[in-house]
Amino acid sequence: MAAEPAIPAALPLGDGAASPGLPELATVAWRPRATAVRLERRGRLWTLTTVAHVVPFVLVAIAMLALSPLAAPVALVALAHAWIIPELYAQRGANVTRPRRRAADGPERVALGLLGDLIDHDARETHARTGLVPEPGRLGSWLVGEAGALLVTRRRVYCWCVKATGHDLPSGDRVAHLLLALRTDEEGFATVANLAFSGARWRLRRRLPARQRAALDACREE
Amino acid sequence: MSRLIRMDHTGHTTLAEWAAGDAASVEAAVAAFREELERGSIAMVSRGAGHAEHVRELPLDEELVIMRRPIAGG
Repeated sequence: MAAEPAIPAALPLGDGAASPGLPELATVAWRPRATAVRLERRGRLWTLTTVAHVVPFVLVAIAMLALSPLAAPVALVALAHAWIIPELYAQRGANVTRPRRRAADGPERVALGLLGDLIDHDARETHARTGLVPEPGRLGSWLVGEAGALLVTRRRVYCWCVKATGHDLPSGDRVAHLLLALRTDEEGFATVANLAFSGARWRLRRRLPARQRAALDACREE
Repeated sequence: MSRLIRMDHTGHTTLAEWAAGDAASVEAAVAAFREELERGSIAMVSRGAGHAEHVRELPLDEELVIMRRPIAGG
């Protein structure tokens, strides 16, 4: 069997202007192109929305206790709501990196070989340990999974839900699809993908499986 | 020898192989490339160093051309 052609390992994503845009942008023509400024704004809006969900429940709890100590159970229910809503959002973010159903061993091996040719040794090791491929970008550090990606910036993490169409691909191919799209047009990738969560890294971290936390921590150290 | 591959349920399938000096293999590869585009695939070439490029014509001088499916927000 002929040897697979070697593909150079990854280095930081280059200037997106030099590459043609992602073809899938045509399917979301109504969306403004994601930029660092727009992402920051979306992140702040996300935080504001979370606060708007939490504060009323906390106020209700305080008001109920002020009215009567007998209303303590109702106050506790309100506080539980205030706690669980942000947690549910964070869980939604963590779900984008959840592994999907695996294909048969043969296709998985072949797909993993192709993915391995696209990334360097360190990224291969991280993928083997966590299921996520680290990819440096201009918007931040990316962690690419099978059906989504995390964009880690200095202040927050953005969880993007995005996947290759069709359900029959091996896991390595699913990651390779997203990685190639990301490398083609980073901002276009963030435009096509759906934002599932944005918030502080610690909020997402405790919702991630233990093996994926190391990948997030490695981004923190950069 | 250059290769045109498609990522699919098998991992990947080699659709065509060609050598720049072999007109017949080039013609077959171009036909396979166009057929795959008509099926809705997107052609990519890895440029190394974290770069990939979307190509609309078969780049005959590339070692590997990868056909992928479109991505969409989940």
